[in-house]
Amino acid sequence: MKAWLPLLLRLALVVLLLAFITSPGWFEPLLKPLTENNAPAIYNQGSLLTLTLLHLRTVLIATVAATIVAVALAILVTRPAGAEFLPLSRSLVNIGQTFPPVAVLALAVPAVGFGEKPTLIALFLYGLLPIFENALTGLTTLPANVVEAARGAGMTGWQRLTKVELPLSAPIILGGIRLSVVISLATATIGSTVAARTLGEVIIAGLLSNNLAFILQGGLIVAALAVLIYDGLSAVERYAARRMGREAE
Amino acid sequence: MIEIEGITKRYDATTVVDNVSMVIEPRTIAVIVGTSGSGKTTLLRMINRLVEPTSGIIKLDGADNRSVPGYELRRSIGYAIQGHGLFPHRTVAQNIATVPVLLGWDKARIEARVDELMTLYQLDPQEFGPRYPHELSGGQQQRVGVARALAAEPNVLLMDEPFGALDPIIRAKAQEDLLAIQKRFGTTIILVTHDMEEAVHMGDKIAVMDGGKLVQYARPAEILANPASGFVETLVGASERPFRLLSLGRVRDAVEQGSAEGEAIPGDASQRDALAELLWSGKPALPVKGADGKPLGRVTVDGLVKRAARPR
Repeated sequence: MKAWLPLLLRLALVVLLLAFITSPGWFEPLLKPLTENNAPAIYNQGSLLTLTLLHLRTVLIATVAATIVAVALAILVTRPAGAEFLPLSRSLVNIGQTFPPVAVLALAVPAVGFGEKPTLIALFLYGLLPIFENALTGLTTLPANVVEAARGAGMTGWQRLTKVELPLSAPIILGGIRLSVVISLATATIGSTVAARTLGEVIIAGLLSNNLAFILQGGLIVAALAVLIYDGLSAVERYAARRMGREAE
Repeated sequence: MIEIEGITKRYDATTVVDNVSMVIEPRTIAVIVGTSGSGKTTLLRMINRLVEPTSGIIKLDGADNRSVPGYELRRSIGYAIQGHGLFPHRTVAQNIATVPVLLGWDKARIEARVDELMTLYQLDPQEFGPRYPHELSGGQQQRVGVARALAAEPNVLLMDEPFGALDPIIRAKAQEDLLAIQKRFGTTIILVTHDMEEAVHMGDKIAVMDGGKLVQYARPAEILANPASGFVETLVGASERPFRLLSLGRVRDAVEQGSAEGEAIPGDASQRDALAELLWSGKPALPVKGADGKPLGRVTVDGLVKRAARPR
């Protein structure tokens, strides 16, 4: 009985989320008590479904870009030739993380204009660190005798990287991507302050018109997405770890 | 044939391997023995250029080992290490096929070779081929590790404490398997160990290293009878010497005329095992039988004790 309970909860959450973003009208009676002065209970300046998809698209693009750059950087600094760039790239990536995304938005708007672009830049910079650090951990904690065996078998540097090092660190790199995605899902909402079309639009509209129902529905959709995506990526990660024979660690 | 000529390896101020020269005859087993930090592993790793020497030359069948790129050289030399180093994300069959795949053998040839090696190592290809290394026992993993090293039919096999992680019973079996396979393929093997027992048992010649220097390089009987230094003598173990000497000989060679009562000893057993059997049974002599079960004669305590004495 315990085994299917988590699965059932997840399934219920998926159904609820899909129902809410496709037919929000059904939930109007639930949210109505949160509004005042006959204000609308359901966001009425755009479709929730479209906003959710745009939100996900923004996060996807930023994460893919951050993954490519962070993993490439981690590979570079773990090669003998790139080792001296390790401290430099570490501080660069750290700056990306410490710089508040809001400040990045403010700085990026004059350069690239309003819309999705400044949001992508902010999310990209913010998402680099977890992926980079995890990729670094993965690539530097490989079992020594396995790497030695790969060299001893006559693999070239590139073959060792693609056939042994990357597959074996995949579970840890995936962990970094998972963290980055969840952070980006939440952070993307502030992109709407510079006119990016994300679920933040709903929350900001709620704040501007003092409408608690808007704030709540925007926040809940983002939260549900984050929980489900975190969960899904965790499952992928566990599968990869089993597949790479690293489950014992 | 492997010729090591004046090989030195220095890391900054420390000399790890100091001007070592030795020749390893083809189709023989050379065992490098020494304590940890003696430079034995570094010497081994310079043969397939996992470590580049500071000075000196290593020739394989007359050709300088620097005449081809390092990775190409390593594909032509088998390499087995302690704790096997199997790729955890690849099946047993894929692990064994590593070097043949790198060499671009065609699929049918790789499959045939993997099957041959697995059968040779008493692992059913159907059953074990698709498994992952963590699903095997320690002894099976070790066998797969050696099978992987032998996959591309190398003339030379380098082994770095390959049996170090095994329990004594599996270890003895692994040593016998290796000796049998060495005979079958005629591979030249260089094996690094810290265990003198293993060295005497496996080696056609033993190289003793201490502090980066090659102290003595000779046949096991010579090392036992005339240790070149106090260090070699300590390594041999004074109290073990006579028994190690006996372990080099076969009962067949110690047979005397006559007959005796009791359980017959096989002629292929080592003289040390025969002495142990005699002492344990409390009899002065036991019969010896050939591989076909026919009596060869007898072996006596007196005869063996004489053979255990220091050769003059």
